[in-house]
Amino acid sequence: MAALSVDLVATDRRVWSGVAQSVSAPSINGQIGILPGHTPLLAVMRAGTVKVVAGDGTIFEAKVSGGFLSVDDNLVTVVADEITTPPDG
Amino acid sequence: MAGGVQRVYRQRITSTQKLKKVFRAQELIAASRIGAARTRVSQATPFAQAITQAVSALAAHARVEHPLVEARHDTDRVAVLVVVADRGMAGSYTAANIRETDRLLATLRAQGHVIDLYVAGRRAVAHYSYRGYDLKRSWVYGSDRPEQEVATEIADTLLAAFAAPADQGGVAELHVVYTQFVNMVTQTPRVVRMLPLEVVAHYSQTEEIEPLYEFEPSAPEVLDALLPRYVRSRLFSFLLESAASELASRQRAMRTATDNAEELIRNYTRLANQARQSEITQEISEIVSGADALAVGK
Repeated sequence: MAALSVDLVATDRRVWSGVAQSVSAPSINGQIGILPGHTPLLAVMRAGTVKVVAGDGTIFEAKVSGGFLSVDDNLVTVVADEITTPPDG
Repeated sequence: MAGGVQRVYRQRITSTQKLKKVFRAQELIAASRIGAARTRVSQATPFAQAITQAVSALAAHARVEHPLVEARHDTDRVAVLVVVADRGMAGSYTAANIRETDRLLATLRAQGHVIDLYVAGRRAVAHYSYRGYDLKRSWVYGSDRPEQEVATEIADTLLAAFAAPADQGGVAELHVVYTQFVNMVTQTPRVVRMLPLEVVAHYSQTEEIEPLYEFEPSAPEVLDALLPRYVRSRLFSFLLESAASELASRQRAMRTATDNAEELIRNYTRLANQARQSEITQEISEIVSGADALAVGK
């Protein structure tokens, strides 16, 4: 199965970038999960937690303050106004 | 008195040496900050790219109808934002921007527009308020290290002006004058028309049928979230580029100033030596002629 290529960007930096198995993000209508092969999507996000399961199975979590999310041809871009990563990550 | 001339030269040399130290320090400060400023420019790029891609994808898949992309014809008022430095000692950096702005203002006036001037950076605030311009709003924000919050505040103020009805001072267009950071040696003042936004749709070149795009919650609402962010991110990147340009100009200007100071010190040293020499020569000739006069008197 194809993998997702994920970019997590905040206004002033790129927070995370790489290959992932799945992404979960807080869209305005509720948490949505994205797996490879998802239809193209543009969604507005509310504040919440973005969770990325990376290609090697490690999990990356970050809090976002709102923003949007785009999925196009297995390319996922999470664009947030502010991203706070947990201290260990 | 010859001794007086010498003292004047010595004083000039010391004061020029002190200035040289200041110039050198400014040059080094600018040089050390410019790396950070350039990093910030490049770090803000992924966000700007992502948002631009999203906007153009949206334009390709849905009809873009939003107040921010539509031209307004109900008012002649236009907003101009000038971004310059808070401090001087940056050569022609601010002057070049102000010249560009004046040209833009003249063009806009010739087209019959009424201009609302928004100014960021203390130098331009001083320049325009001295000349009796009515500044709509000004920001003094630490121009060599702009913060996200300031960009957001400026963007929101201007977006509000663009959204306001004509009788409440709404504006039909927004132009921004900032300095584009091309590289360390070249920074050019640039005028950009920000609002109404021009959306360029990006269509893929393949023959395949475009997949259906999903919008959540809906295309207009996604636009609502996207476009103001786009404006904010553009403005932030303008501020960051201006900051990098300011520092590069300052570094260059201060290097030239240091060189000039050295040149002056050299010249003054020569003049001082000359003065000292001529004083000695004069004293010798005074002594010799004095001795001669005594010899004749005998």
